[in-house]
Order: sequence, then C-alpha cells, then structure tokens
Amino acid sequence: MGGAVAADVTAAQGARPARGRRRGAPGVVELGLLSLGGFAAFFGLWFVVARSGVVPARFLPAPGVVAATFFHLTHDPFAGYTLQQHLLSSIGRFLMGFALAAAAGVPLGLLMGWFRWLDDVVSPVFEGFRFIAPIAWVPFAALWFGTGIGGPILIIFSGAFPPCVINAQRGARLIEPHLIEAARSLGAGHCRMFAEVLVPGALPSIVAGLRISAGLAWQSLVGAELIVVSSGVGYLMVQGQSNLATPIVMSGMIAIGIVGFLIDVALRAAEARIRRGWAGA
Amino acid sequence: MGRSMSQISFQSVSRVFRRGSEEILAVADVSLEVADREFVAIVGPSGCGKTTLLRMAAGLDFPSSGSVLVGAREVAEPGPDRAVVFQQFALFPWKTVRENIGFGLKCRGVPAAQRNAAVDRYIEMMGLQGHENAYPHQLSGGMQQRVAIARSYALEPEVLLMDEPFGALDAQTRIEMQEELIRLARVNPRTVLFITHAVEEAVYLADRVAVMTRRPGRLAEIIDVAPVRRAEAWEERPIEEVMDLGSFTHLRTRIWKMLRDEREAKAEAPRVTPLQRRKAGP
Ligand SMILES: Nc1ncnc2c1ncn2[C@@H]1O[C@H](COP(=O)(O)OP(=O)(O)OP(=O)(O)O)[C@@H](O)[C@H]1O
Ligand SMILES: [Mg+2]
Repeated sequence: MGGAVAADVTAAQGARPARGRRRGAPGVVELGLLSLGGFAAFFGLWFVVARSGVVPARFLPAPGVVAATFFHLTHDPFAGYTLQQHLLSSIGRFLMGFALAAAAGVPLGLLMGWFRWLDDVVSPVFEGFRFIAPIAWVPFAALWFGTGIGGPILIIFSGAFPPCVINAQRGARLIEPHLIEAARSLGAGHCRMFAEVLVPGALPSIVAGLRISAGLAWQSLVGAELIVVSSGVGYLMVQGQSNLATPIVMSGMIAIGIVGFLIDVALRAAEARIRRGWAGA
Repeated sequence: MGRSMSQISFQSVSRVFRRGSEEILAVADVSLEVADREFVAIVGPSGCGKTTLLRMAAGLDFPSSGSVLVGAREVAEPGPDRAVVFQQFALFPWKTVRENIGFGLKCRGVPAAQRNAAVDRYIEMMGLQGHENAYPHQLSGGMQQRVAIARSYALEPEVLLMDEPFGALDAQTRIEMQEELIRLARVNPRTVLFITHAVEEAVYLADRVAVMTRRPGRLAEIIDVAPVRRAEAWEERPIEEVMDLGSFTHLRTRIWKMLRDEREAKAEAPRVTPLQRRKAGP
C-alpha cells in the first residue's frame, strides 16, 4: 500500500526535476540545527575577530554593539525616521517598482512567447539592456527625476523587469503544443487563449520569474536609495556612513537581509503552492 | 446542408516531414471520401500516418500536396465544427473535469446555466460523476480519456475526429464506450473519422474500414462493413453477440491478415520472417 502510494507520487512528479530528499539528506529538524550552527559559527567568528582588537572597532563593530544599535534604531529616529519607518518607505518603493515591472514584463513576455515576430523584434534590444546593472541607471534617474519617486522606481524597474519577461516568454513557449491545438480546435479566440491557456500554462514559470525579479528589485532598491532619496534603509546607511557610525550601517544591512529573506520566503511559498496546484506533486 | 455530399474529402494527399536534411514521406497519395453522417475507421501499423491524416482534417497540419476538404471547403484552420479527441488527451491540467468539458461551450458563448446542464449530461454519460471538480492529474488514464471524449461530444460537432480515443481504457470500459458511441451514432448521426489499432473495434463501429500500409502510408484497401451491419442489425444486438457472428469474424480476420501481410512484406531486419530467413541462408 505504502509502496504503491510512493510510486504514484513519483509518477505524478513526472518530468519535473527531482526535488525529493536525496539519500542521507537532512530532515527538517536537522536542517534547523545546521542553519543555527551556521549562524552561531558566523556570529562567533565575528565576535572573536571584533573582540581580539585585530580590527579597530570603528571598522568592525562587535555583534553586541550592532544589536544594541539595531534595537535603538527601532524607537529612536535616525536621519529623520525610525528604522521601521525607513523600512516602510523602502518597501513602498520596492512594491511600486516591482509591481510596475511585473505588470509590464509578464504580458510582454507572454506576447513574445506567443508571437514569434515580436520576439524577433524585442529580443535583440532587450538582450542588450539586460546587462546594464540597475545601479548604472542612477545618473539618469537623478537627472530625470531628481529626488522624486520616479528615480528609485526606474532603478528597481530596470532590475526587476528582465526576469519577468524572460520567464513569461519561456513559460509560454514551453506550453504543451497539444494544449494549444486543443484550445484552438475547441474554438478559443485570442483573448481566451491568453487568459485560459497561456497564462495558466506559463504560471509556474512566471511565478519563478517573479521570485527572482523580487530579489533583484530589493537589491537594486537599496542601491538606488544610497543615492537618490531622503528616506529608506539605503539612505539610513548613507547617513550612518557619513557620521562614521558603522553599527548603524550594519543595522541597515541586517534589516535589508531580513526583509529580503522574508520576501523570498513568501514568494517561494506562493511558487510551491502553484506548482502543487498544477501538477499535483 | 448537402446530405449526400461527402463531408471529409482527402484528395491525393501527401505529407512530407523534414527532419534535418532527411525527408520523411508520412502520407503518400491518399484519397478518401467520408460521406455525411458516415463513420469511417482507419487502421494501420504504428507510424503509418493515421494521426497525420486526422490532423490535416482538423486543420492542425497541412498536406504537402493534394487537398483536404471538410464540408466542401478546403481546411484552413482548426475549428469547433470538427471536434478532435487527441491521442494524448490534451486536457488542460489547470482546469477541473467540469471546466475541461465545458471549455468548448464557453468558447462558443453558451450561457453558464445551459453549459452546466450540458456538462452534467456528459459527465453522467461518461460515468464521471463524483469527479466533476477533480483535476486531470487526479484521474486515472481511462478517466482522463473519458473527459477528453466528453469535451468533444459536448460541442455536438458536425464532424468528430477521434485518434485512438479508447486506447487507454480497460476492456470493460472500452466496450461500454463502444456501445455508447454506437448508441450516440444512432440517436444523432455524425460524420466520424476514427483511428484505432484495434481491428475488432473498427469493424464493430465503422461503416467502412480503411486499411493503411506501413510508412509511407497509403490506403491499402477500404472494407465496406455497413451493408453487413444493416443486414444483420448489429446495432440492435449486444456487442459480444455481434463479435461472435460469422460475418463479423470474417471481416475481422480479413483485416488482420491484411495488416499482417503488410507487416511481413516490409519487415525490418530484427523481425525475420521465414521467407527472409531462407533468403539470408548460405
Ligand atoms: N511533426 C513531425 N515531424 C517529423 N516527422 C513527423 C511529424 N509528425 C509525424 N511524423 C512522422 O510521420 C509518420 C507518421 O506519424 P503519425 O503520427 O501520423 O503515425 P500514426 O499512424 O498515428 O502512428 P501511431 O499509430 O503510432 O499513433 C511517423 O513516421 C512520424 O515519425
Ligand atoms: Mg497516431
């Protein structure tokens, strides 16, 4: 009985890359312990190096000092706002830029996947722009938008846009041709083909793209904030730097890491959910 | 609507596939007429071009030479007037059984209430009750195939193009589906082009059985079953009784032999026939 069920599960997973447990791979508890071990080693090393005095405290503050500063920043405003307020303003920008990139990139990618001529027109230009790092847009962002909301959004957009396009295009291209043929035989017009075949068929790939895109958006954002705005975590770090307050800079880095991690976890969960819904693994 | 006119017409149809520098002649000069409300089955060895023929009638593939007409018009694109049951089911994995079956009607703009009633009817006909809200991957192969069949039936098309539609069914369900198809054909006759590997199925269902040769696929012979069926009233009898009739077994054996001769005539190296063995001897 148990054997039969297990066999069914593997069959249902079909061609998708085996994500199952490898032999001897750790379970949830072991994984938790291993991660904790990693963190402990990291902070231990940091603590020892900082404490030994090999590196001056100005260059590498001790973990305890950073933790205290972090806590402090959550209720004492620095550079105009508390850490939460800075974060909130960063997240707002992130959401705007990311949403814009997704709203423009996913449909464009789907259309490119569907109409080969559009792919031929867009791809060369796109492939060129794709390799320009988001931060390279900073001069133009400042020039065109000054300190307005447009600047950071442009920068985030340039980071978040490519994965949206690429994954939507690939997802649309890789839909089982039989499904498209079946839909055409059943009388589906262009709109219905898009809404009911192309989008759902490409969705797993689209969501994977959105996850990559969100990560890049968050990274690009902090880069943007270092330069063109007057609030946000990036701004907090720049201000910390000019005050030679390394614990503040590090607190900013930690906040960025935590939020980025949370964004990734949320989108990973969404991705897993969609994959489960689709192929029943 | 011209009842006497042929509904599907293959006129000297050839189809060449290109694979790299290689040219594969999949279908060679096939001419076949399927009359309005006629049921024609095509049998032939694997890879002889049966699916290719059906796809050309569906408008999913096009002849390299010759022409394919459906209802006197050259086939230019797929459409719901010619419902296809695909060999690989082609169910939408993100749609439930109900949504899959109703998709064609939805495309046609049938209002939800009416659509649901029709879907319910076909769900019951196909014995899919209790699985309305399941997704295809949650069904067995046979059930998926029944959903695919229901999806085409629901359109009530002029022309049904079925590519081994009962291939994944167990023997019992298969017989039920065959009887159901015969019953449907009597209540509401349609033009059907039906591909199968099962000779008995072809003889039981079809008015005419077209036998194809190995690749390049040509028409070897067309066997007229309809006169015998009508004379002996096969429709009125249970399937097992029909399959025991002398006339039935005679037709079946004739087609079997044709297919076997076909296979032996052009058997490839590993399948050594007595004749070849003699030739290969010292
Ligand atoms: N798109 C294609 N490109 C190249 N070759 C093709 C293509 N489609 C079919 N063929 C070739 O044409 C021949 C006929 O294929 P087809 O699918 O029509 O066979 P079939 O009679 O339906 O076989 P089966 O009974 O196994 O389903 C095969 O040799 C196949 O390899
Ligand atoms: Mg086939």
